[in-house]
Amino acid sequence: MLELKVNGRIHSVDVEPEMPLLWVLRDHLNLHGAKYGCGISLCGACTVHVDGVAVRSCSLPVASVAHKEIVTIEGLSQHGLHRIQQAWIENQVPQCGYCQTGMIMTAAALLAKNPQPTDADIDATMTNLCRCGTYARVRQAIHSAAGAPATRANAAKS
Amino acid sequence: MAFILSRRQFLKASAAVGGGLALEFSFPLSSADAEGATGTTEVNAWVVIHTDERVVVRIARSEMGQGSYTALAQLVAEELECDWSKVSAEFASPNEHIRRNRIWGSMSTGGSNGVRSSQDYVRKAGAGARAMLVQAAAARWDVPVRECTVARGVISHRPTLRTLRYGQVAAAAAQLAPPAQVKLRDASDWTIAGKPVQRLDIPDKVRGKPVFGVDVALPGMLHASIAQCPVFGGKLKSVDAHAAEKMRGVKKVLREDGYVAVVADSWWRANEALKKLDIEWDPGANGSASNESIAAMLREGLADPGLPQARKQGDVGAALASAATVIEAEYHSPYLNHATLEPQTCTAWFRPDGFLEVWTSTQNAEASMAAAAKAAGLPLEQVEVHKMMLGGGFGRRGAPQDFVTQGVTIAKAMRGTPVKMMWSREEDMQHGYYRPASLVRMKAGLSAQGKLVALHARIACPSILAVLQPGRNTSGVDFTAVRTLSDMPYTVPHQQIDYAMRNGHVPVGFWRAPGQQNGFYRECFIDELAAAAGKDPVEFRLGMLNEGDKNRLVLEAATRAAGWGTPLASDVHRGVALVNGFGSYAAIVAEVSVSAKGELKVHRIVLAIDSGYVVNPDTCRAQAESNVVYGLGSILYQENNVKDGRIVESNFHDFRLPQISEMPKVETVLVPTGGFWGGHGEPGILPLTAAVCNAIFAATGKRIRSLPLTHHDLRKV
Repeated sequence: MLELKVNGRIHSVDVEPEMPLLWVLRDHLNLHGAKYGCGISLCGACTVHVDGVAVRSCSLPVASVAHKEIVTIEGLSQHGLHRIQQAWIENQVPQCGYCQTGMIMTAAALLAKNPQPTDADIDATMTNLCRCGTYARVRQAIHSAAGAPATRANAAKS
Repeated sequence: MAFILSRRQFLKASAAVGGGLALEFSFPLSSADAEGATGTTEVNAWVVIHTDERVVVRIARSEMGQGSYTALAQLVAEELECDWSKVSAEFASPNEHIRRNRIWGSMSTGGSNGVRSSQDYVRKAGAGARAMLVQAAAARWDVPVRECTVARGVISHRPTLRTLRYGQVAAAAAQLAPPAQVKLRDASDWTIAGKPVQRLDIPDKVRGKPVFGVDVALPGMLHASIAQCPVFGGKLKSVDAHAAEKMRGVKKVLREDGYVAVVADSWWRANEALKKLDIEWDPGANGSASNESIAAMLREGLADPGLPQARKQGDVGAALASAATVIEAEYHSPYLNHATLEPQTCTAWFRPDGFLEVWTSTQNAEASMAAAAKAAGLPLEQVEVHKMMLGGGFGRRGAPQDFVTQGVTIAKAMRGTPVKMMWSREEDMQHGYYRPASLVRMKAGLSAQGKLVALHARIACPSILAVLQPGRNTSGVDFTAVRTLSDMPYTVPHQQIDYAMRNGHVPVGFWRAPGQQNGFYRECFIDELAAAAGKDPVEFRLGMLNEGDKNRLVLEAATRAAGWGTPLASDVHRGVALVNGFGSYAAIVAEVSVSAKGELKVHRIVLAIDSGYVVNPDTCRAQAESNVVYGLGSILYQENNVKDGRIVESNFHDFRLPQISEMPKVETVLVPTGGFWGGHGEPGILPLTAAVCNAIFAATGKRIRSLPLTHHDLRKV
């Protein structure tokens, strides 16, 4: 049995150590926010946080993240919406929405590390793929979230 | 006794985080028994009103990001005159649709039709419900209907200062006969439609709620991954499943005609076991097909002397013979996968009572119903398709329902147990219904004054309709293969468009704006002709467009907004193109630069579009941005090559999607002129490729006549 700490809760999972974290989340813990898009760490739809760092869970063996702090979109904010999620709504970012949870997780990790990212920072970090073309609004939402004062709940997280 | 798990309840159940899954079941609601049990009333098929004033609008079309889910609700709410803040939407049940004699019209979602082809009847449904609600209030007060007014879901009788809310009279209204005739509101009076209201689907999407087909979770559900014969049309010869069957969690290895499926207790386990199968395929007749054989097939088509004509006007032969200048060029495009980010998926459950439930990401729920019923051997009434949000569609999930047939076939072998099938990205890349590859030769004649007098095009292109609508009589001409060339708005006296239907073995399908490659050909060739005539590309086009032609209006709107003719930074160059389609008119001015190393940067796209009416301007702008990125990938680097009968590319490393750093600034100029309803999901892509390639010519002097650009050296010579 492996112990996983996801969104603040400890889960015991009986899975192969090499099973990618994504599939433990989706098929064993019933957390469907992280998506499968490519399975080879290219698209970023599977992005979650491990110890505060945005990682692509489709290629990450679950054994490598045992006892680490794993946060998925479902646990991004304990109280209401994270300011990034709010910015995503204000800027009407998603279209189909499939890549968006990964985008949001990448953006949240970026802002936690770099509260005022430049366009170049965004270009370098936001390498998640979107087939619908939400990129301009992703950029706009990150800038607007960076400019907005953090709420108490969010300040505590970042 | 039949029970149906409603999508709403299913979502509620499967959203339970980490705490197991508690499913709730409900009896199907119909208009007769809905009220009382739940406090809701179906006023008519489209409008459900709760006693607490919440309004639920039923949506028959699918939502794949294009925004129809919200726009259609806006149109209904506009006519209903309800309080928009209390409006939500839900998908209409396809099973109920069948049982109620297809009461929700078309469920097909393609061709940029979501809003434009249903706007009339959904608005009438909203207006009809409003009339019934007012009539019910008037009856309760015993006053004439004409003395009642409505604002934001509140009916008032001014003379007596009485009010009733919709929720208070919905039950009585539902008992009334629908009005025979309703008057629709004029667009100039709209307060909900025409406004950039926030999309109804976005809050769930930013929370990561399980809204997509791949997110379905049911008690005891198993997972399936499949391997299809890599050569289209090939068959399974043999499979050694010895090793796979012993792997952890594996429940079954299913052998079908053209594929093998592994069913396991998680998708990863199913897919890992799939990789361990030792499969021998029989490639059939297509095992040696290649890019070269396909190119030869298309080239043979161009040489065919007996081709049917998609258009014939005047006498191109004579006009070309007497033209002052004759220009000829050949253009080519590759096959392209839709590459929806959510791979094809279908969950199916043969219930113990004999009913089949299917959950899938579909652009056409009726087609899904038909495919599921056929694969199951059940009547349509014994099937329900739960419409999930689509992780992209772009035409892949409408006419072809291969994934539903497979999902149901797999679940049939596991009767009683729900099975969720999902394709790997590799399967998805190699088993699409591709944008057709095509080869076009165009020949044009210019008069001594530089006027285009004759255009003769020969188009060799696989037929989408031959694959997806084989019974349809096309008289040898597939309109999706010839459009934009066969229906030019330009006043060219002599035109002839010949079509060579050369189908090959690669399945082709409706890829966003089917036929859009012809916009690339036509508008780049027009640019070549303008250059040969020594004319400005905008002036050249305007000279061939009649006064009042809406193509002319969008061309002028785009060039005005882009500042056509005004100075740019020294390394930035402009290109222009114009194409109408899917009910709308679109023109683009592209600004690009090409570095000394030959690297292209697309800086700015100005897109003007006239769709007649605009229901949600923000969504329309989003669709413009979407069309630009979707098209940009195909310009820059996307192609699907064929070798040994199969698609070469397998994932996003060799079928790249643009990243955020490549996204140009997109400026959308909405110029709705009224009087017609055009689409937004596709028209924006129509002029894109040509505008960018014409800008590349302005920057480098190089004509791009085939794509993607990875095959071209853009360095200045």
